Amino acid sequence: MELTTLINIVYILSAITFILGFKLMSSPVSAKRGNIISAVGMGAAIIVTLMDTHVERFEFILGGMVIGTAIGLLFAFRTPMTGMPQMVGLLNGFGGLASLLVAWAEFHAHPEGQGVFGGTVLWLTAIIGSITFSGSLIAWAKLEEKFISGKPIMYTGQQFVTGAVLFGILATGVLFALDTVAPEAYRYFALFSVLAFIIGILLVIPIGGADMPVVICLLNSYSGMAACASGFIVQNNLLIVAGALVGASGIILTLIMCKAMNRSVANVFLGGFGTPVTGAAAQVVGEMKEVKIDGAYLMLEAASKVVIVPGYGMAVSQAQHAVRELTEALEKNGAEVSFAIHPVAGRMPGHMNVLLAEANISYDAMVEMDAINPTMDTVDVCMVIGANDVVNPAAQEDKTSPLWGMPIIEASRARTVIVMKRGKGKGFAGVENLLFFRNNCRMLYGDAKGSLQTLVSEFKGGS
Amino acid sequence: METTILVFLLFILVLSIFLGFEVISKVPSLLHTPLMSGSNAISGITVLGALLAAGLAKGGTNDFAALLGGCAVAFAMINVAGGYFVTNRMLNMFKKKEKK
Repeated sequence: MELTTLINIVYILSAITFILGFKLMSSPVSAKRGNIISAVGMGAAIIVTLMDTHVERFEFILGGMVIGTAIGLLFAFRTPMTGMPQMVGLLNGFGGLASLLVAWAEFHAHPEGQGVFGGTVLWLTAIIGSITFSGSLIAWAKLEEKFISGKPIMYTGQQFVTGAVLFGILATGVLFALDTVAPEAYRYFALFSVLAFIIGILLVIPIGGADMPVVICLLNSYSGMAACASGFIVQNNLLIVAGALVGASGIILTLIMCKAMNRSVANVFLGGFGTPVTGAAAQVVGEMKEVKIDGAYLMLEAASKVVIVPGYGMAVSQAQHAVRELTEALEKNGAEVSFAIHPVAGRMPGHMNVLLAEANISYDAMVEMDAINPTMDTVDVCMVIGANDVVNPAAQEDKTSPLWGMPIIEASRARTVIVMKRGKGKGFAGVENLLFFRNNCRMLYGDAKGSLQTLVSEFKGGS
Repeated sequence: METTILVFLLFILVLSIFLGFEVISKVPSLLHTPLMSGSNAISGITVLGALLAAGLAKGGTNDFAALLGGCAVAFAMINVAGGYFVTNRMLNMFKKKEKK
């Protein structure tokens, strides 16, 4: 059998393993197997590519493989689960950068014979790669809140500047693609790569930290598209298939996140959300009623059905393990405990589930918003831990609220609601939470972890 | 590049996009974080293009291109290794507890 035929057959098999890997992710039981199958496919594709007759030296390959694998492993085992959004964000960026470098290498080695189509593909790969890279770096920094604040950064003439840079990318792209051998071609390539890097920054800078999950999803998709585009450069089917799968995955997640916030993708990217709301919001009636640990214990002790609504605040105070202990105490007491997870709880899709799973909470106790809402009337106690906007009834009742129309977990329909909160502040959106003023709602102020631990010891002492 | 090849590659692209939407929309929100880290790993597929560049024969413009390729291999491998291993680490945590 000819070598190229063998290589292509292995590529087909690899494509099948990638698709199978995603397919097996439809259930937590088979997901792990899927991931391993997919990894084997990747390994096989790498090995047969090394056998390609065009691969004539190995020093750079070896160097790159060793360094990349070492750093990758470090990331994989050192990143805490709370830091998963940052890690995924960074990896999106590295994927984009790798595609940009592939385009550059191809252009550097073979500027001749690309034709208009080859030039266009090089341009596309370079700009998608570059945008993904710089955008991801900004998203990462915003999530880390290290180098820039998570607040949206707006300035006058923003759209004009963005428009001008976009025009520059297009113009240099056309000039480049028309003649890739011209002496100016290298300059054009450098120019649109740099401009794309700038546009990546300009696009992410105005978006607030609360919207970063959407940005991460979209950049995830871009990193796939960049891989896909580089597949056209090296004319490799597998890159196109794998890139398209990742591209589709990122788009699906982006749309899910936007739907869960009742906002359009355009609305997120034009930015500015998360700034304090001015204008008349509806008057709140009633007052917040506080409860102490003893009172909360009595409510929980008498409950036979408890729903816990976790938010990112729970992860910040590292309260997952205390939550698990309380869950065990409640179950021992005969109560049924489940977790209601809002799609935008946490800082990336599914983040809350991972944090709860890390604390050893069974995944079949985690229920999606649409599944839990119809059962809320039968719930004795609903505990809201570090969540705010996702349980705000204003989304359903107050047309003037910025949250209006956003799907929520209908906590207010439970017989009693206990809200664990550090203080009396407002949520991300800066909106007063109508739930806190309800007659069936009690506020349990203080550090969530400490309060939970005290509750657990009450259960232990009482039984 | 010939038009026939272009059309063929586009054909593959279109089918893959539809397949991707079909398969991935069935992943439950429970597993969306591992889905994203797994996607990171698969986007590291660029490593194949990077390997071809890094392995270019010695001489002329090829040397610098191969160096760029080597850097691309490194970044793509961070995705491949980091993505698959962290996904595995996460999926290991998803357990179903037996009810007593």
